[in-house]
Order: sequence, then structure tokens, then C-alpha cells
Amino acid sequence: MADLNTEEGITRRSFLRATTAAAAGAAALTSALAPLRNIGDFPSVEEFIQKHYTELTPAQLTTVLGRIENEVQKEYGIRPHVRALKPMNGVEFVYALNLSRCCGCRKCVHACVAENNQSRSPEVQYIRVLKMPNDGRFDLESGDHNYNPESVPVPGHFFMPIQCHHCKNPPCVKVCPVKATWQEPDGITVIDYDWCIGCRYCEAACPYFARRFNFTEPSIPKEKINPNMSYLGNRPRHKGVMEKCHFCVQRTRAGQYPACLEACPTGSRKFGNILDPDSEVSYILKNKRVMILKEELGTLPRFFYYFDV
Amino acid sequence: MKRYLYFWKRCLKIAFVGDWRYYGWLGILLIIILGGVNAYAKQYLLGLGTTGMSDQVSWGVYIANFTFLVGMAAAAVMLVIPVYIYKNEELHDLVIFGELLAVAAILMCLAFVTVDLGRPDRFWHLIPGIGIFHFPGSMLSWDVLVLNGYLLINLHICGYHIYCRYCGRKPSNWLSIPVVFLGILWAVSIHTITAFLYVGLGGRHFWNSAVLGPRFIASAFTAGPAFIILTLQIIRQFSDYHVPDRALFTLRSIVQIAMPINMFLLINELFTEFYTTDRNSASSHYLFLGLHGHHALVPWIWTAIGLNITSMILLMLPLSRRLKWLDTACILAVIGIWIEKGMGMVVPGFVPTPIGEIVEYTPSKNEVLICLGIWAFGFFCYTIFLRMAVPILHGKLSRANEPAEANLT
Repeated sequence: MADLNTEEGITRRSFLRATTAAAAGAAALTSALAPLRNIGDFPSVEEFIQKHYTELTPAQLTTVLGRIENEVQKEYGIRPHVRALKPMNGVEFVYALNLSRCCGCRKCVHACVAENNQSRSPEVQYIRVLKMPNDGRFDLESGDHNYNPESVPVPGHFFMPIQCHHCKNPPCVKVCPVKATWQEPDGITVIDYDWCIGCRYCEAACPYFARRFNFTEPSIPKEKINPNMSYLGNRPRHKGVMEKCHFCVQRTRAGQYPACLEACPTGSRKFGNILDPDSEVSYILKNKRVMILKEELGTLPRFFYYFDV
Repeated sequence: MKRYLYFWKRCLKIAFVGDWRYYGWLGILLIIILGGVNAYAKQYLLGLGTTGMSDQVSWGVYIANFTFLVGMAAAAVMLVIPVYIYKNEELHDLVIFGELLAVAAILMCLAFVTVDLGRPDRFWHLIPGIGIFHFPGSMLSWDVLVLNGYLLINLHICGYHIYCRYCGRKPSNWLSIPVVFLGILWAVSIHTITAFLYVGLGGRHFWNSAVLGPRFIASAFTAGPAFIILTLQIIRQFSDYHVPDRALFTLRSIVQIAMPINMFLLINELFTEFYTTDRNSASSHYLFLGLHGHHALVPWIWTAIGLNITSMILLMLPLSRRLKWLDTACILAVIGIWIEKGMGMVVPGFVPTPIGEIVEYTPSKNEVLICLGIWAFGFFCYTIFLRMAVPILHGKLSRANEPAEANLT
């Protein structure tokens, strides 16, 4: 290294040298940052400073919903109706899925995509259906995720759809460093897409492969947009945030069934209020043979598999 | 205050003064950094789809390098302990080199975490008080605290000692010793908590193992001192600062102990995973043997184990008292542990997915460019830090030889 003797006052030459170096550096940095010139979707100031969903006052929430409606209209040319439905008192949702009946048609998967404004390119799907061999085992590793038969059901196989289990003890909620995902009083685990920082720790924590990350900007054809939207549910997402099944919060909090249930041709999917002793799901849990996926992890899912007996 | 600012002015000035080799080195690093900046600009524009990551393997080389570098930062204390606990005063100055390395490593860690975020513009959500900080629930929030705390502790120790040396006075024990001991505890905590990030995930059997934390510490205390041995020799080569051989051999004895412990813990892990036949060892099968015809990581992990074993044998032999062999052993150890702990620890945790799907991961070119950029940034920082620190420790840059025109009295 050079000696200290080079430490000197500013001379004309050193000034010129420093100026040249600074100019060259600035030019190099500018060209390195050139890709940012194409950026069109810098977050708006309102979005940038927006508070967490649970901290918004009713007035602020109204403003936020209006902003989202404007943004969707600008991007897709459709005026949506974005609501923030509250959980109902005395309601805790659970899901029950009949493994004896499911035929593996994946109608639930596509109904979910259509209802929840999921990206068509790249394809984002909340429900994963496994084709499992009837070979005396129950081993997820032998399941086929990309089966594509001529017709279903497939002899010698059964089918197992997996989606968010809305756990009572959710690992994803526990690990999120900014509380961008949480459990609502009606049992739905939701995500504030405007608060998520995209660290994907929840995705690593989920034992059910239920979470999906927007690795690129989602794309949805304009004519496929479902305008009945909710803040915590199916409003369009942007790149860099997590999403997943939310039990169709925009439907179920308004008294409708989830889209996957309505699409199921075999009646394998049952949904309802576990706090109501007369509900269908209460009957199933009391009277059927029920199985919980990965029960040993202690996640206490609100998603049950059951069998016809 | 005026004097302190003048001290900084002189430090900054000397940081950019050097011979052609120095400028050449900084120039190369700057070019690599700019390459990384360019790649990151593309990633920012297009999203993390520019990486090789997927929903199945949702963390890759960014988090792998982050994990490795937290260990490098923690290992800086391996220079502190001999000096402050065993009163090995001869190594006193070397503490500064170790802690400067820790500062550079933490800066790289923070950079790696930032480039891994999908929405870096929302980083303020993580700032306690302004955003919502999920503490103590989320281990990631613990990690944010301990890493930034460790950065501050090390900046304080380095900055304070160097400034005292500059002024030609002895550091006050009150202002330094408690912080140094806090730093020792803190170093262990940063790496333990980084291990807990993984260990705490009950759905990932590969990580959910009590031995992962001890393995992290053992491998960090191998790779860290090994790296410092190499660094000290570079300092000796390129400056007239005298690094005694004894310093290198003190570090050698640390590596000699840490490497066998690291290998021992690995054997424990392997036994647990492979002797029993439960279904929770699929990731280990994927890593070491390949699973259902997928074996992208198998050559890597066996290379790492080969390097580690060779390094351990070299370190055990008297041969490694010769610096050439010691250097070889250190280089093998650093590379071996980088593979084992980076790609060999992070990626297999995701393969197969918790519901049995196998998707392999290879970093994209853009991702690799960003990693190289961050490494170059780390080396750039460390070079600048040393360029400032060495003349001061050496007494060449001090209050006594402030130019007359400074007139600070």
C-alpha cells in the first residue's frame, strides 16, 4: 500500500483526477441502473405509507378500498366492488373433504382460480390435487402432482386435494416478522397483501405447501376479472407478495359457499360453521371417520379429510 | 468533536490512496459490484422470477450466503477470546482485524436479506416503533435485532479502539471491556438465532433438529478463523504491519478443535437420519444419495465432505505448522463449509416439499451476479476498513502527525 506521504492538500492535478473518477463512477452507476428506466409501477405514496389492515380507522379503510377500486379500474378497465367484510359473531369455519368421493377432476382448482383472480401467467393455484396409488400406503411422496389422464377417476388410484388448512396453531402466522398474516376470529388465516414484505418465511414454515408467492407480476385477462372483491381476499395482487386460499372470504362472509365447493361435481367438499351443532360439518366430525393431515405437527387444522362409512 | 471529524476526514482520505495494485483491486471489485447492481435492477423490475427460486424451493443462494456469513461474523470473537480471556496481549491489534471482518460480514448479510425480499420498499414495516415488529414471536424479528445489535457492538469496539490509538491514549476499560464481553455472548447468539430460524419450523424435518444450532457454531468457528488466517497473511504481505506467526498458530489451534467437532456433529446427524427408517429423512436422502432420480446436490455435498475431511487431516498433521499447508487446509475448510452450510443446508430443506413434490433448484445467472456483487461489496468494505485501520495501528496516522494547517486546538 502507498505510504502516508501521499496524504497531501488538494492540488490542481488531484482535483482533476478526483473529478474524473467521480464522473466515471456516476456514469457507470447510471448505466448499471438502466433497467429501472422501464419501471412503470412504483407504489403510490398512499400505498407506501398505508398502515396495517388491523390498524386502519373506518375512514382510512374507506379511502384504501376506494384507492384499490381506482387502481383495478385503471389496470383492467372494470370497476370492481372491493369490500372489507367483517367476521360474523359465533362463526368458526371449517372444511371437510371426502376422500372416498373425490374423483380428481380438478374442477375445484379452476373454480378457485376464476373466483379469486389468480394469475393465469404464470399459473398460480391454491389447490394442489395429488393422484395417490391404491397400493396399501398413504405416502405423499408417491403422489403424482402433474397427473393428466384421459378421464377421471383413474382405476387403482384415489385423489387428495390439499389447500390452506387454516390451522388453529398456524406456523405461518407465528413466523411472519411483520404480522402481515394472521388468524381472523372466524378461523380464516388471511394476508394483508399491502403489508407483506415478501420474505417467504411463511412459505418455508407451512407444512401443507399452501402458500404461493408472486415471483413475477401476475397477469389476468381483463375479461376474466371477478369484480366482486375483498381486501383480504381476491383483489388482484402484485408481484413480490404472498397469497393463498382464504376460504373465499368475499363469499363465505356474505353467506355463500366457497367456489371450490360449488364447483365440485361429486359433493366431496363440505363447508360450514363448527360452532353450530346442527351444521353439516359438525355432523361429519361427529359421525364420520376423520383424518387430519400431519396431525403430529400440532398445527390443529380446520381442514378435515373424511371417509364414507 | 472537531478533532473526531478531522480524524474521519483523514481516514476517508487515506482509504482512497494507494499504489496501482490497490487501485486495481478496488477497480475490479467496483466492476463486480456494478454488475451486481445491474442484475439487482433487473430483479427489482421483473420480480424474484429472475432467480431460480420457486414456490417449492422458496429460498436459495441469497439465504444460503446469508447463513454462511452470519457464521463468519460470529467467528470474529475467536480472536477476541484469546486476548480478553486468556490475556494474550500480543494479539491485541488482531482483535480489530477480526471485528472489522465481522462488520463487513454483517453488511453483506443485510444486503443478502434485502435482495431476497419481494417488496424491499416495505422494509420499514420491520422497524420497531414505525412498522409492526412481530417480537418475540417470529425468529426473523429476533434475527433482525441481534444482527443489527452485533453490527453496532462491533462498530463501537473497532471505532473506539482505533480512535484511541489515533489519539495515542489507552482505551478506557469502562467503555470497552463490558462491550467486548457483550460482543462475545452476542456472537454466539447471532448464529444460534440464525439456526433457530430453521430449527423452529416443525414441518421441515431436515432443519427441525436440535443439533443444527451446535453444527452452525462449530462450522462457523472452523470457517471463520480459517478465513482470518488467510486474511492476516494478506495483510502481512501487502502492508508493513507485522502479524506474528504466533497469531496464526493460535487460530490454527482453534480450527484444529472446531473442525473435528463439526465433523462429529455431522456424523451424529447422519446416523439419526439414515439408521432409522422413518419417512422424515427424505431431504437427507435427496442431499446425500439422491431421491427418485433427482440428485443435483449429491456431487456438491460429497465434495464438501471431501474438502472438510482433507482439511481436517491436514490440520491434525504437524505438516500444517508450515504456512503453505496451513493455508491449503484453511482454503479447503472455507470452501467445504460454504457448500455444506449454504446450498447443502438451505436447499435440501425444501426438497421434497412437505407434500412430497420434488422440484430442484439451480441459481439463475442474474442471481449469481447479485451474489458476486454482494461479495465484492463485502471485500470492498473490508479493504477500505483495513486501509484505514492499519496505518493507525501502526502509528503512521495519528494525532501526533496531524498536518499543521488542521489547527484544531
